[in-house]
Amino acid sequence: MDHYTLWHALVGGILIGLASLLATVLSGKIPGISGVFGRLLVAATPDKTWRTVYLFGLISGATLSFALWQSAALFRPLRPLAVMAIAGLLVGFGTRLGGGCTSGHGVCGVGMGTKDSIAATLIFMVTAIVTVFIYNRAVL
Amino acid sequence: MRGEKLVLIFAAGGLFGMGLAISGMTDPARVIGFLNVFGAWDPALLFVMAGAVGVYGTGMLILRRVKNQNPQLPSGRSSPIDRQLVIGATIFGVGWGLGGFCPGPALANLGALRVEALLFVPAMAIGMFLAQRFFGADR
Repeated sequence: MDHYTLWHALVGGILIGLASLLATVLSGKIPGISGVFGRLLVAATPDKTWRTVYLFGLISGATLSFALWQSAALFRPLRPLAVMAIAGLLVGFGTRLGGGCTSGHGVCGVGMGTKDSIAATLIFMVTAIVTVFIYNRAVL
Repeated sequence: MRGEKLVLIFAAGGLFGMGLAISGMTDPARVIGFLNVFGAWDPALLFVMAGAVGVYGTGMLILRRVKNQNPQLPSGRSSPIDRQLVIGATIFGVGWGLGGFCPGPALANLGALRVEALLFVPAMAIGMFLAQRFFGADR
């Protein structure tokens, strides 16, 4: 498992799909990460326990994988910290306004063939590609 | 949710985190490489999405057959494709392209105390709070 291949991408994706499926059955909700996390910030959210446990599991699973496999531990930040902070603000605001992120819309919604999720996924893919295009030419 | 269900949801979260790390989605360069369609394109994320969407979509089809009367499964009905969705997805896309982090991978990097994640996640929480507080964003 030391050398990254596209098999890693596929196997990792399958794990993400299985995890989302299990979380859907357990919670009865679409377990997109932005929704699971964002609703923890709303006082009125009744079911904070499973959300918190799910996210702790996510962090634990990733941290364990970093320790087990060099290819998983690969981390190459490309942007200055100020850009990361702005990016975080935009990702947080945009995912809650748009009702989902790469997991809720991209994996679950697209997986179920839901129209709004397919639209959202196409939109954020295209704007992200355009953003990288502009950033690479204007800044780098 | 309580008891063994909480253990299972922890396991589900663990699988998700492992999937993110193994697939390389926790590496911003890998994600930005996929988004860099007009440069040195890295197709990895396409395989991640294919695996995840395929398994989830097939799994939900089977589950609906097995327990089609079960109110515990989300409906999967589409919300209207309105201005909020379009603007929100656009803003998310800009942030994703800027940082190479979407919410899952950003959280996944917290345990390793990577400074990019330690900065990104609180900023993301502020953004989420603002959207929910002032735009009633709760689709």
